[in-house]
Amino acid sequence: MANVPSDLKYVASHEWVRIEADGTVTIGITDFAQEALGDVVFVELPEVDAEFDADAECAVVESVKAASDIYAPLAGKIIAVNEDLVDAPEKANEDPYGEAWFFKMELANAADLDGLMDAAAYTAACES
Amino acid sequence: MAKRTALYAKHLEANAKMVDFAGWEMPIHYGSQIVEHKAVREHAGMFDVSHMTIVDLSGSDATDYLQKLLANDVSRLQEKGKALYSGMLNQDGGVIDDLIVYKADSGYRLVVNSATRAKDLEWMEKNLHGFSNICLTERPELAMLAIQGPQAIAKVKLVKPEAATAIDGLKVFQGRGQAEWFYARTGYTGEDGLEIMVPDAEIAAFWQSLLEADVQPCGLGARDTLRLEAGMNLYGNDMSETVSPLQANMAWTVAWEPASRDFIGRAALEAEKAAGVPTKLVGLILEGRGIMRSHQKVIVDLGADGQGEGEITSGTFSPTLECSIAMARVPKATGDHCLVDIRGKQVPAKVVKLPFVRNGKKVCE
Repeated sequence: MANVPSDLKYVASHEWVRIEADGTVTIGITDFAQEALGDVVFVELPEVDAEFDADAECAVVESVKAASDIYAPLAGKIIAVNEDLVDAPEKANEDPYGEAWFFKMELANAADLDGLMDAAAYTAACES
Repeated sequence: MAKRTALYAKHLEANAKMVDFAGWEMPIHYGSQIVEHKAVREHAGMFDVSHMTIVDLSGSDATDYLQKLLANDVSRLQEKGKALYSGMLNQDGGVIDDLIVYKADSGYRLVVNSATRAKDLEWMEKNLHGFSNICLTERPELAMLAIQGPQAIAKVKLVKPEAATAIDGLKVFQGRGQAEWFYARTGYTGEDGLEIMVPDAEIAAFWQSLLEADVQPCGLGARDTLRLEAGMNLYGNDMSETVSPLQANMAWTVAWEPASRDFIGRAALEAEKAAGVPTKLVGLILEGRGIMRSHQKVIVDLGADGQGEGEITSGTFSPTLECSIAMARVPKATGDHCLVDIRGKQVPAKVVKLPFVRNGKKVCE
């Protein structure tokens, strides 16, 4: 059974969102997603300062078997990307909620956070 | 309802992730495809390939029939048990399927792909016309296990000592039957090893004994990365009914001599050869970042002839080379570099002769 930490928020496309103390968000892919992808061997991250609408394709993760798009879970601007993950993409399998964060965003509209799923809702979505 | 092999319960016991493959419920991996891949390159792995189709041929017309049906020539099979890789072509010279044919004690044994089973059998039956003494028997009650890797043969002999003598006598690309079991020194990984055909009822115990001898269960995922590193074609990707063997790196499997042997597709291949074969299947090693995938566009510089285009037929990440590798069909005049269009970015790649890896070692330059 996939690990779904209760202190994070989620979107149906299997990204997790951690709300930081300063109001920015950190984003990665869930345990369920890494499990479905299999061995991750390549990650392409967005440019810092790039702006995205919610649900826009903004990064790519590739496992041995397939490429998969990563979507911006919320509208906003990229303020940091995890360069260490580019050099060690296997971290996405080993530590999806920790070392393998993908990027950080400054939100266009903090109220958008209300539209995210909590752990229980995401778990239910994965099981359906 | 998907079909299940006799090892289905064993796959679940080994925590396999199961997927649909050509109507069969098959393991894609048991946790990590890369771990499975490396096990085969470094010691030994086993693959359930029971979904593949086994057909036995007997009767005094069997040799004549196969000399018409296959582009390679079964008269090359002088020694008992010897195996031959061949394309089965249509009249236009396209590949209906690729297969292995073994010279059995009486007659021949063919192993064809499961995804193409129905059309293969239909084609084989249709071409029985004109042959009277031949019998074609499918063997769905046989399971097949491929044990591959530098320690594969030693592991099989360890758990099946009564077969050790028979296995020791096998040359590469040769098989031997012992009671209901058939041991063949063949495979799809670029490593030494065996493919063993076993009655369904006996396969689970054999699997269990190999598991206890530390043979790593491997899924279809590792099977694909291993065969791609080994430069071996996958039917439907690297060859198809619309591509001739001459454009699929299979020219070596076409037996032109004797000229009197009129195999199906011969006239089309001769015409193609006379006109000049326009493309070739090559290996690519990506020099930039990214992973090559099938159907991506390949751009080549043809000098005075300007720019040419090709296509990736199979692409993946190579666990042995630790970068992306691919097979691509490109213009005949392609040199040693090209560009691959990966989601709109043109990434440089080196063009190499296949294979990439043999017996655990990188062999391409």
